Amino acid sequence: MERIYLDHAATTPMHPEVIETVMKQMSDTFGNPSSIHSFGRASRQIVDAARTSAAASIGADFNEIIFTSGGTEADNLAIVGTARAMKHRGRHVITSAVEHHAVLHTCEYLEKEGYDVTYLPVDEEGRIRLSDLASALREDTILVSIMYGNNEIGTIQPIAEIGELLKEHQAVFHTDAVQAYGMVSIDVKTEHIDLLSVSSHKINGPKGMGFLYAKEGLTLTPALLGGEQERKRRAGTENVPAIAGFGKAIELSMVSMEEKRERYLAFKEQLTRLLKEKQVEFSVNGSFERSLPHVINLSFPGTDVESLLVNLDLAGIAASSGSACTAGSIEPSHVLVAMFGKDSERLRNSIRFSFGITNTKEQIDEAGEALANIIARLTNK
Amino acid sequence: MKKAPKDTRVVVGMSGGVDSSVAALLLKEQGYEVIGIFMKNWDDTDESGVCTATEDYNDVIRVCNQIGIPYYAVNFEKQYWEKVFTYFLDEYKAGRTPNPDVMCNKEIKFKAFLEHAMSLGADYLATGHYARVDHSGEEVKMLRGLDENKDQTYFLNQLQQSQLEKVLFPIGDIDKKRVREIAAEAGLATATKKDSTGICFIGERNFKEFLSGYLPAQPGLMTTMDGEVKGHHDGLMYYTIGQRHGLGIGGSGEPWFVVGKDLEKNVLYVEQGFHNDLLYSTSLIADQVSWISNQPKPQSFECTAKFRYRQQDNKVTVHLLEGGKVKVDFHEPVRAITPGQAAVFYNGEECLGGATIDQVFKDGTRLTYVG
Repeated sequence: MERIYLDHAATTPMHPEVIETVMKQMSDTFGNPSSIHSFGRASRQIVDAARTSAAASIGADFNEIIFTSGGTEADNLAIVGTARAMKHRGRHVITSAVEHHAVLHTCEYLEKEGYDVTYLPVDEEGRIRLSDLASALREDTILVSIMYGNNEIGTIQPIAEIGELLKEHQAVFHTDAVQAYGMVSIDVKTEHIDLLSVSSHKINGPKGMGFLYAKEGLTLTPALLGGEQERKRRAGTENVPAIAGFGKAIELSMVSMEEKRERYLAFKEQLTRLLKEKQVEFSVNGSFERSLPHVINLSFPGTDVESLLVNLDLAGIAASSGSACTAGSIEPSHVLVAMFGKDSERLRNSIRFSFGITNTKEQIDEAGEALANIIARLTNK
Repeated sequence: MKKAPKDTRVVVGMSGGVDSSVAALLLKEQGYEVIGIFMKNWDDTDESGVCTATEDYNDVIRVCNQIGIPYYAVNFEKQYWEKVFTYFLDEYKAGRTPNPDVMCNKEIKFKAFLEHAMSLGADYLATGHYARVDHSGEEVKMLRGLDENKDQTYFLNQLQQSQLEKVLFPIGDIDKKRVREIAAEAGLATATKKDSTGICFIGERNFKEFLSGYLPAQPGLMTTMDGEVKGHHDGLMYYTIGQRHGLGIGGSGEPWFVVGKDLEKNVLYVEQGFHNDLLYSTSLIADQVSWISNQPKPQSFECTAKFRYRQQDNKVTVHLLEGGKVKVDFHEPVRAITPGQAAVFYNGEECLGGATIDQVFKDGTRLTYVG
């Protein structure tokens, strides 16, 4: 049975060229980038090259990139680091109800630390309203954290508009771009973004790697103390092989962005067309407009998410609910709750497909066919 | 036509304990296509902030990876709350002693979970119960587990043909000691894991404390049947017929036992002596009768019965009544019959079915202080 992987929003396979880069770095260059000898210099060169690629990919400067252990650490450093550094200017933070848990749980932590957090609601497409943000802003607001594109439903937030709105306010603007990066072109300068989180393994890079863009001049209280790496904002010897691979993945994803976007959008249309042809009853959670091209979240009335996902897996097709699991069982998605309320049927019958570089049209056909059969069986049609 | 094992898909209900681990292992060794599924029925966090279900599921993951089978989880918290926990509280409110395990098997494990397994294209559902199913005849029979000490048919008495047809109990014909040995030989992660005790959702916690979180306790008087006050009770729901511990009555003579309750007056009746006559009865009426066989039963028949888990078999005569009820006459008086518990009937090794104890009689007179 050929397995079909449609869960790229969870993680992606490493690109062969990335693997090659990581392997090469591991075998050829083991030096510590902070060392003053030739071994160290060789590694520093690799880290600097990746930093240059990362900065260029979002219109940032070389010094504005902090390598981290991934998206979660980048979010933590951005949120906690800002809250601590700016606590004398205020204790109010604004975020949205549909953030990734790396942001939500960090904000909940801040609440326990005495900060005041506003969680903005979203509309039925999962988007915040600028007017809600404007009225939530206070004099003592120090941080606004709104994700770029949602990992469960793909909805893109009005980032440039938020940046514009916050331009004259003291509040620092952070965006979790983990799912959007590599799929949409981002320019931190024109969009007025102060902090931006990126993860390597979502763009065919190695796991355990990511970066935080932090605008020059911004103060962050570091979470890791020690050496002077990453300009004292993230101590610890650099994970050079992963940074090298990440740099490669960034380069590859920037040149292929346009082509991928078109391909994944075509997959979305192909999949929904096929389901319609098979007369499968479904609705889209979110929308196709202003949405990440590789993420599609569908609700199938009369089914339940656990049966759907297990049946798909037994048929060799990997998909996801997109939401968290407790003891392996799927918890109702906080994103869908924010969009449709806690009593909506969609909480129990929605699944996410997310596309990646190895997917083909044939695979989408095959997956759509299998999905239609499973739904027919589950709904006794 | 019976399918070959390799073409037969079996879903195993895995709890993270040794019994279901070995059940899955044995099926895999027999060549079945095995899928392990963990049921999450209750959301709970212990004192150290660890979710007990997460710990158990992690054991399921380890064991399934050792055996080489896929694993999943399914959430039945809502169904469990509606079908089992609500019943559990209602019975306590009515002054009875419910058996949530019987209800869980009837409504969750062999209903909602069975349906889930079937929706995954399974041919059978297997569990780590100590019981046997005989698929050889026209009708399916349920037999006691070979390990007499562990036999769990008492809890499975409400199952019916349509359910048992799709059920396998892979460890029903071995004893607990052998189950542990098999787990150890295979190096399973759960080989030495402690057996779970008590009611699943209460776990190791204090029962009184748990129940008081859901039902308001009404303390009252503890008296003899003649009205002599012996002390105070913390709420009738905390006591069951025949109970000795936790009464707090001192003094000399034989120990004191709960013999009955008066819900209206909120009085708990206590008397002295394990074999006190007031604890004995000679017949009962039970409702919610469920027979495993679909064949018609004679109006009256002799068999044996258990009125609580692990009780010895009692010789009885069963009379069918209207409305899904039975009258059960005991050949010898039986001690501490408790309303809310199951009466389960056997013919030798075969479990015939069961019912829920409702009313208790002595020599034809209803013992209203019991139920």
